[in-house]
Amino acid sequence: MTTGTAGTAVTAGTPGTDAAEEVTRAAQEAVFDAAVAADERIEPRDWMPEAYRATLVRQIAQHAHSEIIGMQPEANWITRAPSLRRKAILMAKVQDEAGHGLYLYSAAETLGVSRDELLDKLHSGRQKYSSIFNYPTLTWADVGAIGWLVDGAAITNQVPLCRCSYGPYARAMVRVCKEESFHQRQGYEALLALSRGTEAQHAMAQDAVDRWWWPSLMMFGPPDDESSHSAQSMAWKIKRHSNDELRQRFVDIAAPQAEALGLTLPDPDLKWNEERGHYDFGPIDWAEFWDVLKGNGPCNDQRITKRRQAHEDGAWVREAAAAYARKHTGQHGEAQA
Amino acid sequence: MTGTDTTTAPATAGAAVTAPAPTGADPAVTAAALALGDDALVLAQRLGEWAGSAPVLEEEVALANIALDLLGQARILLSLAGDEDELAFLREERAFRNLQLVEQPNGDFAHTIARQLYFSTYQRLLYAALAAGDGPLAGLAAKAVKEVAYHQDHAEQWTLRLGDGTEESRRRMQTACDALWRYTGEPFQPLGGLDVDPTTLETAWLDSVTAVLTRAGLTVPAGPRTGAWRAGAGRQGLHTESFGRMLAEMQHLHRSHPGATW
Amino acid sequence: MSSDTWPLWEVFVRSRRGLSHTHAGSLHAPDAEMALRNARDLYTRRMEGVSLWVVPSAAITASSPDEKDPFFESAADKPYRHPTFYEIPEGVKHL
Repeated sequence: MTTGTAGTAVTAGTPGTDAAEEVTRAAQEAVFDAAVAADERIEPRDWMPEAYRATLVRQIAQHAHSEIIGMQPEANWITRAPSLRRKAILMAKVQDEAGHGLYLYSAAETLGVSRDELLDKLHSGRQKYSSIFNYPTLTWADVGAIGWLVDGAAITNQVPLCRCSYGPYARAMVRVCKEESFHQRQGYEALLALSRGTEAQHAMAQDAVDRWWWPSLMMFGPPDDESSHSAQSMAWKIKRHSNDELRQRFVDIAAPQAEALGLTLPDPDLKWNEERGHYDFGPIDWAEFWDVLKGNGPCNDQRITKRRQAHEDGAWVREAAAAYARKHTGQHGEAQA
Repeated sequence: MTGTDTTTAPATAGAAVTAPAPTGADPAVTAAALALGDDALVLAQRLGEWAGSAPVLEEEVALANIALDLLGQARILLSLAGDEDELAFLREERAFRNLQLVEQPNGDFAHTIARQLYFSTYQRLLYAALAAGDGPLAGLAAKAVKEVAYHQDHAEQWTLRLGDGTEESRRRMQTACDALWRYTGEPFQPLGGLDVDPTTLETAWLDSVTAVLTRAGLTVPAGPRTGAWRAGAGRQGLHTESFGRMLAEMQHLHRSHPGATW
Repeated sequence: MSSDTWPLWEVFVRSRRGLSHTHAGSLHAPDAEMALRNARDLYTRRMEGVSLWVVPSAAITASSPDEKDPFFESAADKPYRHPTFYEIPEGVKHL
């Protein structure tokens, strides 16, 4: 087993059989609880409850998978971007997503799982990625809508993760959030150009926002009373705010932004509620959410097939480089050719 | 395209627009900037097709960096010749002046690396020579040559690993090197408007590529380095069949909305 | 490890001359030469660095959290190692 970021990923203390080990374990648990309560970070080699480790692996992996599957709907438009400036921006953005996937896989690796294992689980459907990427990008405006709405929702989710109790995840998120600050702005700017452009461009922008609005709201996950992992994750400070809180925060931010864009959001119930100090919004179609999650979205098969294909097509390349390294490398990996 | 293709060097045959070059520019320099800009643009477009399909995440990032460098070079060069977007999106296939080498489809990773090796070695020699001079492209070349040095290093590292990796990778890399060899003569045809004669770079190119291929345990291809078609090649606006399809994909959205800004 | 698995490397970046290299993150690479290049592509694409180190993760020996107290606690009761421990009469300069 190779080790993770600055620290060996040792397996957490397996429950012992004798009394002495149980005392140790109770002491370790107390240290862990105290660290979380004091808002200190848990680091890779610290003792941690198995369930905490498992929750983190699941969440970080899903996050990493979302980054690399999320490259596909946008990469779909790199070759067709309507200006060279937009092409460069989109390439840089899709590249960042590969980088973010990579940072996150590295964070997961500090918990004792390898990137290969995680990719296997993605490819075989045993781990999920964000359902939003199972929707297609049908027009150029979808690239703008993804930047504005999907990245906007993602940022709302991710900013609190910079304070997550697990150090390597929090550090990865700091880097991700810093780099992503341009993603949302470029999307908004691209949509603005369309909205203020020709009639056909404006219609394209409105159509994209109509299609991406509701799936973006679903990105925050099921309502709090139906969210199975939320309470424990909040207690462990992996998660800092509930799904519904974050969703409301996003709606409050997006509604005035839509107005400034000159586009409407497809929700007749959306309106400012003076009393609550928030926007009210209409009911979300959770049946669609669960259906897409189960694999019935417009692109589920396509996304995974393409990902698997890229991985399989690349196997001979990875093997070649590994074989070359074995032939030419000294003890610590310096190529000696 | 029909029978007129056999004429030599029809400068703007089939072009939808001829973007006016900035006033006062030397037309020969403009033509050279267009040719070099097209090389960079077309290769960036091909590399952009890799997004999401690279063999490993680290390589996604590497290929995108190279594509972004090339796209940056293309934008500067095309702007010397006119409006970058008009030139990129509104010219017909026959008006593009890029080498046939850069338009070749990605193929497998070995083909992409062989194309990178051949092109970046040429581009580095050319830009280093341009940067050493005091011509109108010297400043641009001085910046670009640093980027290109990295592209060449990337291609060489991979050539070594694929050539001297597994039996399969050696076979694939040899196939790719052989297949693209016939496009490696064109870069050294004379190109007006430059204060460097590309023909003088050919020996250094052959030495460099031979050294890398040999180190990688690969055979230097023996076939001819130019096609048998006397009409010319990319620099004369004559391209290979897949190029039209690449352009169709690249241009369709821009052309569907005439006059729109993005 | 399967035949196409690459080992993990830790990346250290010097953000500008005069500063030390600090840990930036990790990546996978087949060997040191490629690790260095991957690190350049991944961790310096926004001008974050002027120099890079890559180290195989397996080559790092880390202190254990279990040894935290024996390792680090004994430093806590030696305040005389810090300048603020000492009292100097007012008005005395350059100390």
